[in-house]
Amino acid sequence: MSTMLIFSALVIVVFSFAFDPSNQAVSALIPGMIWIITVFAAILGLNRSFTAEQRNDHIHGFIVAPIDPSSVFLGKFIANFIFVLAVQLAAIPLLFLLFDFRVITIESIFYLAAIILLGTFGFVTTGTFLAAMSANSKSSEMLLPILLFPLATPVLIAAVQATRIVLLDLEKLSSAYSWMQLMAVYDLIFFAAGIILFEYILEV
Amino acid sequence: MIQTESIIKVIGEKMILKNITLNIVQGEATAIIGPNGAGKSTWLKIAAGLIKPTEGQVSLEGKQLKRDHYQRQQKIGYLGHQSFLYDHLTPAENLRFFANLYRVKDADKKISDLLEKVGLTFFKNEPVRSFSRGMIQRLAIARAILHEPEILLLDEPHTGLDQEASQILNEVILRSKANGVTIIMVTHDFPQVVKTCERVITFKNGRVCDDVRIKGNSTSWLRERYERQVMAQ
Repeated sequence: MSTMLIFSALVIVVFSFAFDPSNQAVSALIPGMIWIITVFAAILGLNRSFTAEQRNDHIHGFIVAPIDPSSVFLGKFIANFIFVLAVQLAAIPLLFLLFDFRVITIESIFYLAAIILLGTFGFVTTGTFLAAMSANSKSSEMLLPILLFPLATPVLIAAVQATRIVLLDLEKLSSAYSWMQLMAVYDLIFFAAGIILFEYILEV
Repeated sequence: MIQTESIIKVIGEKMILKNITLNIVQGEATAIIGPNGAGKSTWLKIAAGLIKPTEGQVSLEGKQLKRDHYQRQQKIGYLGHQSFLYDHLTPAENLRFFANLYRVKDADKKISDLLEKVGLTFFKNEPVRSFSRGMIQRLAIARAILHEPEILLLDEPHTGLDQEASQILNEVILRSKANGVTIIMVTHDFPQVVKTCERVITFKNGRVCDDVRIKGNSTSWLRERYERQVMAQ
């Protein structure tokens, strides 16, 4: 969690020096920056969520226990989701502050919160599932981003597009709804797949 | 009773288990012995539900592994090569975590009693990362019997234990046996086998090559018999 926070703060500080915050054109980068921070901070946390269980074969302890394997997935997902949301809660206001981003309204804050919840839910669902899959590999830290990239691309595209609309172009809200619907469907499919398939990932 | 019927396990291109059929009667203490790579631990993991066989089936009291799965797991206590314990937690916290997983009633009292039985009461508030291998193994034993399983599966449980800890483990095994618990122990430690078990099954190259009752025989008798079976081509 602390690594994720430090990483996010570093990215924001580097971006704030790389781009001139007083330049209006720079505000167009903010939606992308929000999701860059989310993706990289989440991958840091996701990588550790299952490798931390490797040391004394804790996962095997769960397999022999009288519990549904999907409850392990659910527990890991909830923990990862809360950690990433906490990072976003700290990082996004800092990003807005350092880039002097003031065009935000109450309405766009509401939509932004919904998009962040939907996008993060989808990314963390896929990430948790793939982190469990890659945890047994010796190069799990490298494998996870490689596996995650093609699968998470749809939800990230939808999240960036919807965030751009609600922060910069609220008149095109109907398009944002379409992107949000796409995210909701993605979340539903991958969450259900994670719950159903997790048992097979644990299989030795 | 635990039965494994025609178990075949293939990993990669290697056949680890070749048609293993075994019946272990309720309340019996059985040792599985054999050279390294004979398939002992693989068979034990299949019996514990940790890995699935390529072919064949495992039954507990006549019910197949797939059916009634969680109730079945509740009846099994498994002690593997790894402890399954969290290094940053204390023994009491680790046991409480597993007590929650197994829905153990009156957990605090049971944890306290178990820590006393395995001689770790004095260390109950120390993190497990500061423990020696023997202390971790003692705690892992407590973890395996915490939910009072009907079947206790032990994979080389005496490894790394000193005399005192071995004594504690043997007491746990004998007490469990007296309470009707089925014990299956994979081991290379013949003196402990003679002390605690009544039946010895020898694995060789993924097959059962000997199945015998000890009936008061000595360690040297077991060793001679083992060498005859295992060394024979």
